Amino acid sequence: MKNRLLWPLLALAALLLLNLVVTPSFFSLRMQDGHLYGGLVDVLKNGAPTLLIALGMTLVIATRGIDLSVGAVAAIAGAVTCVHIGTSGSAGTAFAGMAIALVLCALLGLWNGFLVAGLGIQPIIATLVLMTAGRGVAMLVTEGQIVTVNNDAYRQVGAGFVVLPISILISLLVLGLVAFATRRTALGMLIESVGVNPEASRLAGVRSRTIIWTVYVFAAVCAGIAGLMISSNVSAADANNAGLWIEMDAILAVVIGGTSLAGGRYSLTGTLLGALIIQTLTTTVYTIGVAPEVTLLFKAVVVIAVCLLQAPKARAALSFRKVAVS
Amino acid sequence: MTTLAGGVRGVPSRFLPVLATVVLFVLSFGVGAVRYDGFASGQVIANLFIDNAFLIVLAAGMTFVILSGGIDLSVGSVVALSTMVTAAGLRAGWPVPLVVLAVLVIGSTLGLLMGLVIHKFDIQPFIVTLAGMFLARGLCFLISVESVSIKDRTFRDVATAAITLPGKVTITYNVVIALVVVFAALYVLHRTRFGRTVYAVGGNESSALLMGLPTARVKVGVYVISGFCSALAGLLFSLYMLSGYGLHAVGMELEAIAAVVIGGTLLAGGVGYVLGGLVGVLVLGTIQTLISFQGTLSSWWTKIVIGALLLVFIAVQRTMVRR
Repeated sequence: MKNRLLWPLLALAALLLLNLVVTPSFFSLRMQDGHLYGGLVDVLKNGAPTLLIALGMTLVIATRGIDLSVGAVAAIAGAVTCVHIGTSGSAGTAFAGMAIALVLCALLGLWNGFLVAGLGIQPIIATLVLMTAGRGVAMLVTEGQIVTVNNDAYRQVGAGFVVLPISILISLLVLGLVAFATRRTALGMLIESVGVNPEASRLAGVRSRTIIWTVYVFAAVCAGIAGLMISSNVSAADANNAGLWIEMDAILAVVIGGTSLAGGRYSLTGTLLGALIIQTLTTTVYTIGVAPEVTLLFKAVVVIAVCLLQAPKARAALSFRKVAVS
Repeated sequence: MTTLAGGVRGVPSRFLPVLATVVLFVLSFGVGAVRYDGFASGQVIANLFIDNAFLIVLAAGMTFVILSGGIDLSVGSVVALSTMVTAAGLRAGWPVPLVVLAVLVIGSTLGLLMGLVIHKFDIQPFIVTLAGMFLARGLCFLISVESVSIKDRTFRDVATAAITLPGKVTITYNVVIALVVVFAALYVLHRTRFGRTVYAVGGNESSALLMGLPTARVKVGVYVISGFCSALAGLLFSLYMLSGYGLHAVGMELEAIAAVVIGGTLLAGGVGYVLGGLVGVLVLGTIQTLISFQGTLSSWWTKIVIGALLLVFIAVQRTMVRR
């Protein structure tokens, strides 16, 4: 376990060290009007949606699945809420809109779960359907416009502060809940057993299908909340660009954190580290002054490096060389 | 489906998905022909090919990868990188043949690298090609963050040249190249040892290995083919757009995968045809044309319809596999 988290930890440490050398102000924190400001807080705030989606993704991947539709689901959540709020400024409307959006997301998760567990379709393809159609649906909801709202209650979700940004508090709360629900009960083990062998776990009395449905619904709800954060942060719903590529970032966070795409084991701490690494990397690239678009290049390098370090075959080749040298 | 199955008794069931796609294409085109004046003209069909030539080439490459049981998410980004290299190379005054060669070499090399990582280190194709996707897009922006237009005379002449077919239908050189690629892919897949091994690896890799087939070469080879096809598609795309831009072809990998799946290729690998991918692209193109002829429907309906089609096809495939 320790060994698996070592590389992600080292990578994060290296990134932070780089920041320390290049931009010392990165680590300065200051309190202002009861808010904490600073580079690290920015990383947490901007990384909150990715972390949240990655948490849902971790459980899906642990069952040997994958959910490509989370970005589209996030866009739908933002679109539905913003359209519901409209010009209203009342907190009640905002909460009603968010509730409607999250219920809708849960239904979308049920749909994914139905395709995967009910019809037995490969997860990549099953969720590809919603990934393609979902953005169309989001645009249908917003009628192709960027819907802007002006609602203080809604803005709190993505841009509010209670000392720390509210968005990261929500993500950490979900992390805590998931960790408790899966590591303090048998649920985590059941999820892993489904990932190792769905058929064998079914024969052993595990309700594989119910578990698969549950993780997809959970992933969709996480994506929904993340979508609310993204849209609330800018007080607008952009059906085209909200949550674009976030499914890829989330999958990367999960993989960097040491969860195998082959299913069967997962690490929530690893996912947290992975999400932090990705966000720190993005922020670092900004602060160093490289064109933000080139971040992709760094991401690619990090992904390949971490994957190689974790791949058994690559490790074998590496340790063989060490033995040969010594 | 029942009427279809009844009407084609005697046809091996492996052809059914492709046939279903062809029927779908004819039906959707028929709907357009009945509802709109001027839809059923040779030029509309020719335009389907002209507007989707690059997608046809991508789908051909993707068919190889999916048949072998893998997936390639990097194709859209490699298309973008190719347009960027083309535009930047021509701006720097390189001769056209050199630019073409450079693009094709870059695409194939990226494919080779991804294939080697996938095979040598046993990492999922999904993750490796995802990294490839980020890498290629990052490289685009490293060359230039802005859109670069192509002003080279030779290149523009090729792009705007029209070949007139009988019946006053005009096509571009893009279409010719795309069709040549499809036929080459057909030949390689059905008439060479490599092609048969692709099917064998996709069907059951361990069996293929135990039979003594060169699985390693095939597993890496399909990604080289896909990389080459993406680079070529990128060249066609630069001819079509006459510019290079890092945000070209965003999400095109999904369109290519959707076309291949709608064309009846099984994502688990081992079952499918290059022609299926071609017809799949034509179906997607027809839907877009239908929506633009309709005029009142907004473009986002395209995405919803494509999603629905994907769903229908994978559901049908699923029931066929179970049988």
